[in-house]
Order: sequence, then structure tokens, then C-alpha cells
Amino acid sequence: MTQSVVIQVGQCGNQIGCCFWDLALREHAAVNQKAIYDEAISSFFRNVDTRVVGDGGSISKGKICSLKARAVLIDMEEGVVNEILQGPLRDVFDSKQLITDISGSGNNWAVGHKVFGSLYQEQILEKLRKSAEHCDCLQCFFVIHSMGGGTGSGLGTFLLKVLEDEFPEVYKFVTSVYPSGEDDVITSPYNSMLAMKELNEHADCVLPIDNQSLFDIISKIDLMVNSGKLGTAIKPKSLVTSSAGAFKKRQEKPFDAMNNIVANLLLNLTSSARFEGSLNMDLNEISMNLVPFPQLHYLVSSLTPLYTLADVNIPSRRLDQMFSDAFSKDHQLIRADPKHSLYLACALMVRGNVQISDLRRNIERLKPSLRFVSWNQEGWKTSLCSVPPVGHSHSLLALANNTCVKPTFIELRERFMRLYKKRAHLHHYLQIEGMEESCFTEAMSSLSALIQEYNQLDATKSMPAEDLPRLRIAV
Amino acid sequence: MSIVTVQLGQCGNQIGFEVFDALFSDSHCPQGLCSKRENEAYQASCKERFFSEEENGVPIARAVLVDMEPKVINQTLSKAAHSGRWKYGQHSCFCQKQGSGNNWAYGYSVHGPRHEESIMNLIQKEVEKCDSLNGFFIIMSMAGGTGSGLGAFVTQNLQDQYSNSLKMNQIIWPYGTGEVIVQNYNSILTLSHLYRSSDALLIHENDAVHKICAKLMNIKQISFRDINQVLAHQLGSVFQPTYSGEGSFHYRRNPLGIDWQVRPPLSGLPTLGKMSLNKEFHFNTSIANLVILRGKDVHSAELGAFKDPALYTSWLEPVHAFSVWKTQRAFSKYEKSAALVSNSQFLVKPLDMIVGKAWNMFASKAYIHQYTKFGIEEEDFLDSFTLLEQVIASYCNLGF
Repeated sequence: MTQSVVIQVGQCGNQIGCCFWDLALREHAAVNQKAIYDEAISSFFRNVDTRVVGDGGSISKGKICSLKARAVLIDMEEGVVNEILQGPLRDVFDSKQLITDISGSGNNWAVGHKVFGSLYQEQILEKLRKSAEHCDCLQCFFVIHSMGGGTGSGLGTFLLKVLEDEFPEVYKFVTSVYPSGEDDVITSPYNSMLAMKELNEHADCVLPIDNQSLFDIISKIDLMVNSGKLGTAIKPKSLVTSSAGAFKKRQEKPFDAMNNIVANLLLNLTSSARFEGSLNMDLNEISMNLVPFPQLHYLVSSLTPLYTLADVNIPSRRLDQMFSDAFSKDHQLIRADPKHSLYLACALMVRGNVQISDLRRNIERLKPSLRFVSWNQEGWKTSLCSVPPVGHSHSLLALANNTCVKPTFIELRERFMRLYKKRAHLHHYLQIEGMEESCFTEAMSSLSALIQEYNQLDATKSMPAEDLPRLRIAV
Repeated sequence: MSIVTVQLGQCGNQIGFEVFDALFSDSHCPQGLCSKRENEAYQASCKERFFSEEENGVPIARAVLVDMEPKVINQTLSKAAHSGRWKYGQHSCFCQKQGSGNNWAYGYSVHGPRHEESIMNLIQKEVEKCDSLNGFFIIMSMAGGTGSGLGAFVTQNLQDQYSNSLKMNQIIWPYGTGEVIVQNYNSILTLSHLYRSSDALLIHENDAVHKICAKLMNIKQISFRDINQVLAHQLGSVFQPTYSGEGSFHYRRNPLGIDWQVRPPLSGLPTLGKMSLNKEFHFNTSIANLVILRGKDVHSAELGAFKDPALYTSWLEPVHAFSVWKTQRAFSKYEKSAALVSNSQFLVKPLDMIVGKAWNMFASKAYIHQYTKFGIEEEDFLDSFTLLEQVIASYCNLGF
């Protein structure tokens, strides 16, 4: 089995990361009742004998001694990381795997990327190599960051180039939080645009997340919980937003609910690689199946169900509802409507007591309402993992390579143009060594080229799928 | 004579387990509907083919388990050991840490050469345990990366190293509506390579077996376990011992002894262009049919209908194309059972569909970069397409 390393960069990245580790421990505790350090848990955690000083403490099997997250925490301010290290999860993190500074990036991509990038390049390489050495077979880096700020956006994307050069065979999955319309960071369009170019060129797969969508999902859940429409209570652990039963018994902070959704996304994404099932799906299969062309590697995700009712007794109808919900625009983690755009590929990762016939029945049922590109009419990748997430009997994660990401990118470009036309705040960037106007124009071209690719695909939407003439054989 | 089974990838290993389980259960079935002596001869023959003896009496399957990631093999080994009735050899598996990522090129060009020696050594060890080797039974799927790519590589190696032994590949044809998005690419690459090195391709389509579970067995929530058990049952009823001819006293020694290599006569065939597949066929034309009967009244069964010339291609006499094997010993508690193995046009339509879909995708060049990354170039795809179009055309022409 392989291991993955999570690299959390910036305030947003670290807060999401923290929720992720919390829920990961909760999940493994629920599955691994005998506290044996097995291959599943080793994919994200090391087993360490804390009495041993220095590096010799790793234990490869047997009882769990002390679990350490395979993580690297990077932030250019100390606030968030310090809080993590003083909180209930402090023992989960290896204090040597941190890179912090004091001054912060001032919401400036150039500071994060150019200044801190060059300043911390050696340290970053060292921590990454260390974490790779602790892995038997490193398969994947998960980078978590936001696009709108300075550290996550700038230093986070600087990292990608380092990973590409140093670990060319390891996959880079990037979870990027895009700024929503009412973002309070004025320069977020600049930061996002500059970061996009890096994502285009150096990420294997990007899972874009939108704060507004997460917020809408939470509002929806609150409405259901408080409206009294439900005859019986919702199982608290089953809320995709909650950390009930997890280690963090502290008060839930404002962004925690939203961050838990992203954390659950990552857990479900890796579930079929960690746990057994009748149709496994490893992380390298995600890229293989969902990325038909190297530049089109943005995947829209949706998680269902958002909660489970307490007296559940799964009739088939509820199971089918789960599949329907996965395609509704209310369940997507960015503002997107996949049903009305064009699918290039779609993956359905199912967990729990669901069999192949349920999966097939629902694909047949939903197929007619979805539009797939002409050369991939049956573009489905499916997986069945036997282990359900905590609090649920079954769940579904849908990953779509769909042209519905286009509006997010178009909006980003428009917001960027509004600022750039006036040259507003540009001097903050240009005064950084290594930054020139060409950085901005190149980033714009890169994004425009990407949008154009999606446009071309969309243009084929209404064309009928024709069978191309085949090779003729002389008998 | 013994058969060595090679189970490759998740599918191959999951099915392999069910096959050995079905063979074992059947051979130890008390209700054989025949004399005790008959039953013992049957058991002994089955044992020799598929199991070797261990000191404490638990039979060990003559199998080599190969997968590029550990989860499925671990499960398979423990399921077998758990049953207490038979098991896999302790050192019969080869496993790596990271799978093939559904990438045929990775399975064939990276895993293959890298692990060639280890895998072939394991197979060699298993072969040495046999008194006499009849051949290899290789279980793999076409849709993924390990079963398909590594399976093609291993079969090629078996062809080189054991050219006198029969190689039969059990291929799982994926569901039409995706399990894997690049399944059509993986399928055409697998089939075209196997055509050059395998002696026989025994096909099971997931869609067809699924229908059996749904319509004939009325299973409500069909799992892969259900599907694999139906498959195993079918394979068991083909591979369990039978008598070679009328009045023979011993079970036939050559379990895979169907004459698979059939070549049409060169002269006398009209030259034809590509045939339209929309044309309604009255009969699915065969070049070989094998009927296997087990249980009560096998000797009085009426098989005339199978010898109807309309079933066969014009250049074959039914007597050369049709065989029947029988045994009174019932299979798996069924008083009477029959199996049909057929080399016919039955698979032309599914094959044509897969080639068509792969061709459409290839025209757009989608996903090709994933294969060229590991050394499978566009020419390799074109070679595969060419070979398979020839196969389709050859089968289509049987109808004349």
C-alpha cells in the first residue's frame, strides 16, 4: 500500500488541514478497533515510539504507540500553526515538520512566491525529503491552500514546482479554495490569477472549492435541522460538517463546519485506496481516468449524503436519492451546474453497503439527463469501498471533469481585469524582485487559453455523436 | 495432468478464489449420483489437476497470485485460509505496493519487465510441483491496468518459456457502461497482444453474467461476489473431469484438449469487402462447439440438434466441429447439468463495439498522453486496431 503526504500552506490550508487530521483519526479509530498499526492507517500516519529521541522511533507494525501525521505545515505567520500546536491535536504533528515565519505575506502572491519561496526553498526541500524518507512507497502529495491570499496562494504554488522537480513520479493533488464574490481581500483576483498559471502548469489534479458553495451547503443543513421537518433527530456524527466524536472537543469555530466538508472530501477520495472493497480505486487511477488532456485537470466534486437520519433503514429509494443528489448543483463544492454543461469524464466513488447492481441501476437512470462529450459517451469510472464513513451506512463522492468549471474561471478573469485595467495595487507586486508586468499578462494568457479549451468543447455539445469511419481490411 | 492457474489483478484474484472454491466444493460433494468408486476417481482427478497435497492434509491450490497492490491478495489469502478446507500456497503470491493505475502501458511496460524474473520464478516453482503439466489458466480482466497489461506481458513470457504447454486466458469483458473510462483502450491493447501469444481466450462478459444474476437467479442486490460465483460455477462445470469417449475407463487426462487452432481453407473463399453488421444473422455461425454433460442419463441424451450443418460455417463438417464430453458424476448437486463452450460469432458484436468506441476516443487523442508516458505509442494503438479489425472480419466471413 502507498503513503500520501499532506502539505498545508497558509491560514486556510492549515485550518482545513487541521480538520482533516482530526476526522482522519476519527475514521481510523472507528475502523481499527484493536488499535493495530495497519497498512490503511499507515497511508496517512506514522507509528512512532516517542520515548526514542531523534529519528529512530518509527515502528512499522504491531500496536499503535503514537501516531504522527504525514504532514508538512507551512505558514508565514505563526498564529494558526501555534494554535494547532497548542490544541488537542498537538501530539499528532511532528514539530520538526513545520516551516513558519512571523511577518506574513500581506495577501501578496509575489511575497509568498518570490520572497518566501527563495528564502525557504532549502528548508522546504529538507522537510519534504524527510517526509518522503519515512514512506515505504510515496504515491501522492496533497496540497491544501487558498488562492486569494499571499502565503497559500504564492508559497503554495511555489511548492508545486519544487515537488515536480524533486519528486517527478509522485502525484500532486491540489485542493484550492477559490475566493468568492464577496471576498474581503481586495487583491485576491491578482493572487488567484497568478496562482492559476502555476496550477495549470504544475498540478496533476486540482479540486477547486468555493467558500460560497460550502456556506450554502451549511445553510441548507441548518435549515433542515432547525425546520423541524425531520421527525427524528439527525445523527450528529453523520453531518458532513461536524466533528462530533473527533478529538477536537473545543468549541467549533466559524469556518470549522465548512472545513469539515473539505476534510470529508479528502477522506472519501482516499477511502478506496486505504480500505478494501469489491472494486478498488487507487489514487493514480483518478488522474488516469479523469484527465483526458494534461491541461484539463480541474475536477468538480460533490459529496452526498450531507447527513443521515437516526432511524435509518436504507430502502433502495434513499440510496437512489443519494445518486441523484450528487448531480444537483446544490451539492457541488463550487458554483457549478454539471447537468447543464458537458462531461468529459465522471467518477463515482461509493462507500458502504452498496453493490454493483445499485451502481449500475443509477448510472442507467441518470445517464439520459447528462451530456457527455462525443468521444467519451460512457465516460464513467466507478469504485466500491466496503467501509462507510463515520455515521453513515453509505456515501458517494462524485468527481466530474466538466465544462461547468468555466464560469468560475471566467469570473476570475473578469475580476482580475477590473483591477488590472486601472493598475490598482499593482505596485505592491512589481516592487518585489522578480516580478514584472509580463507575469500578469502571461498568467492571463494561460487562463484565457484554458477557457478557450473549455469553449471549444462546449461548442461540440449540440453536435450529434457520429461514429468515425473505421479501418478497412482487405480479406 | 495439472493446470497451473495465474490470477492477475483485483478481478483475477477475486474470481480465482471463487473458482477454486467451486472446484473444491464440487469434488467433495457427497451426492455425486454415482458409485463410490466413480466418485473417488473423480475426486482424485480433480485434485491432481487443481490442487497439490500438503502434509497436514489441507490441499493447496495450484495457483500463483499476482497483484501490484496488496489489499486484494491479502483478502483472497485470508478467505481461503479461513475456510479451512483448502488454501493458497504461503509463498505463491507476488505483490507490490502501488497498483497500475488502470494504465495498460504501466502494467505492460513498467511492471512487466521490472518484475518478470520474480513472477516467472514463482510460476516455475508451481510448475515443478506438477507431475505433468497440461497448461496454464490465466485469469484477468481487460479493463484495468494489472490484469490487462501485466497479464498480456506474462502470457507472452509463458509463450516463450513454455511453448509446448497450452495457455488459456480467462478474460473478463467489462460492463458496457464504464467501470473504467479507458477500458476500451486497455481492452484493445490486451486482446491484440493476447492474440499473438495465447492459445485460447475464454470470455465472460460482466453484462451477460449480471443478467443471469438478475433474470435467471432473481438476485435483488447483485454484488461482485454473486457475479464471480456464477462465473466460477460455469468454469467448474467445464473443467471438472469428464470421460474422453464412450466406454472409457479413465477420466480424460487432457482437460484443455479442445482443438482451438482452426484455420479456414485458403481456396474457394469469395473475396469480400467489409460486411455490414446490421445484417440479420439467422444463425450464429460456429467453428467449434463443445457440449459437456454431467449427471443422470448422460448416455441417452439426444444431441442431434448440435450437429445441424446450419450452425456451422460452410467449410466445416459438423462431425469435425462438434465434440461432447460426458460423466455420470453430477456437478455441484445438480442432478443434470450441461455446459456449452463455443467458438462462434457470438462475440463479434461486443468486440466491434469496443473497437468502435476505442477508435472514436483515439481519434480525439484523449488520454493518449497517459500511455505514451510509459512507452506505448500511437503506432501500437494502430497495430492493435488493425489486428482486431482483421479478427472481426474473419469471424464475420464465417457466415458465408
